[in-house]
Amino acid sequence: MSQQKDSDAIDAGRRRFLGAAGAAVAGAGSAGPAWGGSTFLDAMGSFFQDHYQRMDDEEIADALDRIERRAKRRYGVDITCKDTPPQEGVVFGYALNISKCQGYRDCVSACVRENNQDRGSQIEYIRVLELPEGTRDLEAAEHYYDPATVPVDGHYYLPVQCMQCDDPPCVKACPVEATWMEPDGIVVVDYDWCIGCRYCMTACPYWARHFNWREPEIPPEEINPNTNYLGNRPRPKGVVEKCHFCTQRTREGRQPACQEACPTGARIFGNLLDPNSEIRYVLANKPVFRLKEELGTEPKFWYFTD
Amino acid sequence: MLAFIRDALGAMAGGGRGYRLWVACLAVLVLAGAGAYAVQLREGLIVTGMSDQVSWGFYIANFAFLVGIAAAAVLLVIPAYVFHRKDIKAVVLIGEGLAVAAVLSAMLFVVVDLGRPDRALHLLPVIGRMHWPESLLAWDVVVLTGYLLLNLAIPFYVHYCHYRGREPHFRAYFPWVVLAMFWAISIHTVTAFLFAASSARPFWSVSLLGPRFIATAFVSGPALIILVLQAVRRFSRYPVADTVIDTLALIMTVALQVSLFFVGVELFTDFYNEGSHAASIRYLYFGLEGADSLVPWVWSALALLLVAVVILTINPLRRQRRLLNVACVLAFVGIWIDKGMGFVVPGFIPTPLGEVFEYSPTAVELTLALGIWAFGALVFTLLARASIAIELGEVRAGAR
Repeated sequence: MSQQKDSDAIDAGRRRFLGAAGAAVAGAGSAGPAWGGSTFLDAMGSFFQDHYQRMDDEEIADALDRIERRAKRRYGVDITCKDTPPQEGVVFGYALNISKCQGYRDCVSACVRENNQDRGSQIEYIRVLELPEGTRDLEAAEHYYDPATVPVDGHYYLPVQCMQCDDPPCVKACPVEATWMEPDGIVVVDYDWCIGCRYCMTACPYWARHFNWREPEIPPEEINPNTNYLGNRPRPKGVVEKCHFCTQRTREGRQPACQEACPTGARIFGNLLDPNSEIRYVLANKPVFRLKEELGTEPKFWYFTD
Repeated sequence: MLAFIRDALGAMAGGGRGYRLWVACLAVLVLAGAGAYAVQLREGLIVTGMSDQVSWGFYIANFAFLVGIAAAAVLLVIPAYVFHRKDIKAVVLIGEGLAVAAVLSAMLFVVVDLGRPDRALHLLPVIGRMHWPESLLAWDVVVLTGYLLLNLAIPFYVHYCHYRGREPHFRAYFPWVVLAMFWAISIHTVTAFLFAASSARPFWSVSLLGPRFIATAFVSGPALIILVLQAVRRFSRYPVADTVIDTLALIMTVALQVSLFFVGVELFTDFYNEGSHAASIRYLYFGLEGADSLVPWVWSALALLLVAVVILTINPLRRQRRLLNVACVLAFVGIWIDKGMGFVVPGFIPTPLGEVFEYSPTAVELTLALGIWAFGALVFTLLARASIAIELGEVRAGAR
């Protein structure tokens, strides 16, 4: 039912977009929609745009302007795109209480809205697994359970998202260094540098990376206008994206959207370098485990029980 | 030099009706592939059967297979240049042409798989940001480009000398030939490591993968070369000695025996104590949770390879040219399934989170792949045409 509503909204959005883009298309041939609504000048600017880590302040400012202009043309929405730097002395970590999680999937929908994911191909950074009590064998997990009927007797819930590994295999895999770990421990993607080879997706043991198989579509009224270059800015077609611990929020001292949305208080997010933080308390005092720890990727995402 | 290039291109352009018809057919298929690519560029990779679950498919499957074909040219290069087999030296240039065509096609299969081919330059050092030596894909770019250049440069020099009516200087080309031999093994080893590097995918992450890739390449490669050399002999006046084909058939026989042994080794290791690491191979051979679209393919491949190995192993059968050709076709198709779809796709099933989600290529993927194969055949046809004309002395400096 809600899925039907979603896709109706998308269709409406697409019609609006097509109408708005009509004039531009008439002038510029099919180049308009194919380049995500860019003008020729912006397309050239994007083509010659350098790697994020090699751009100076002026080039970054130009890139941010282009992102804002493109969003305006594509969705008719005024967004602000910032390049918020990591905070000194902060490395983020996450701990999730599986005794509390009931599988409502509120984190999933909050994440999709916060991070401007493509609604058409339903990209979701968080996958909540429904597992029978007594096993942690992921092959026994149900991925497409009905969140309206949770919690189901004899089952528990295991939300999985990017673990922000400290030795991330995806970063090693990328042939063009389009993805890397920031000083605050977040593994980010430069969507303007990614070539879309998807080798990182084969490398990730947590299925945390997702690809824009088509031009992303977001209903304009649902766009989150508060965006970040290494975060939730609208993505182009043909690039990989992933959970980035909501850089646009967490680097300004806020909690990630999934943490705020969780109705059971199962999610603890904070600074691993701060000995007084709640997450450090959990790591020191609760029985914790990490998923697929044996692969040696050093996830900064822990699960714990009461 | 310019005259040489002009005359070589002239040789490619001219030809009988059969030749022109063949080239025209290939060109039509290439255009069809280009049309499919245009659709994919416009709509995105959504027009393929790939998904977040199975994020590589038919394109990368063909890529892995074709790198093996390219590497197998070394089986002509070694006996020709190291063991000084005159009969093989006579056809080694054709083998190198085949390597060029195979590498180019393999590279194209990677390019069409890119979500952002407009950013392919990011792979270059300095202009882009090549993640070498950490990324195995960066390694693959290096070794494939190097192999392509070696296989262009060496035959170019030898042909040029013959065109000028002199023998090539041994010292000028031999060091490069030695380099090319090691390089040939490296391209397929690196391609195997590309997959084996993913500890997230237990089906790929096995140390046997490198040897398996090399062994199967030495089956599919000679199988193709044997068929191609017979075609060359039939459609041109170029002499191809039977001893060349006999040698290749022998190499292929041993390589196929070894390859099948490797299959058995993997089946034993995975199934004797079957754990979650064996989920992909169970999916491949028997299906998982009712999903079994690759099962008929892998068993067919096994059957094809078994028939081929019987024909090849029994001397009187292998010596019959017609039966040998049958074995070549069976082995080629068998390895194409085994190392292509039968290898790449199961690596993704189940996903690292245990989800079983199947993949099958769409019409766009199949058309585009056919176009790339036709492109490879076209490149080889043109190169072989020029090579034969020069080697037969039909094209010579100052002849016009």
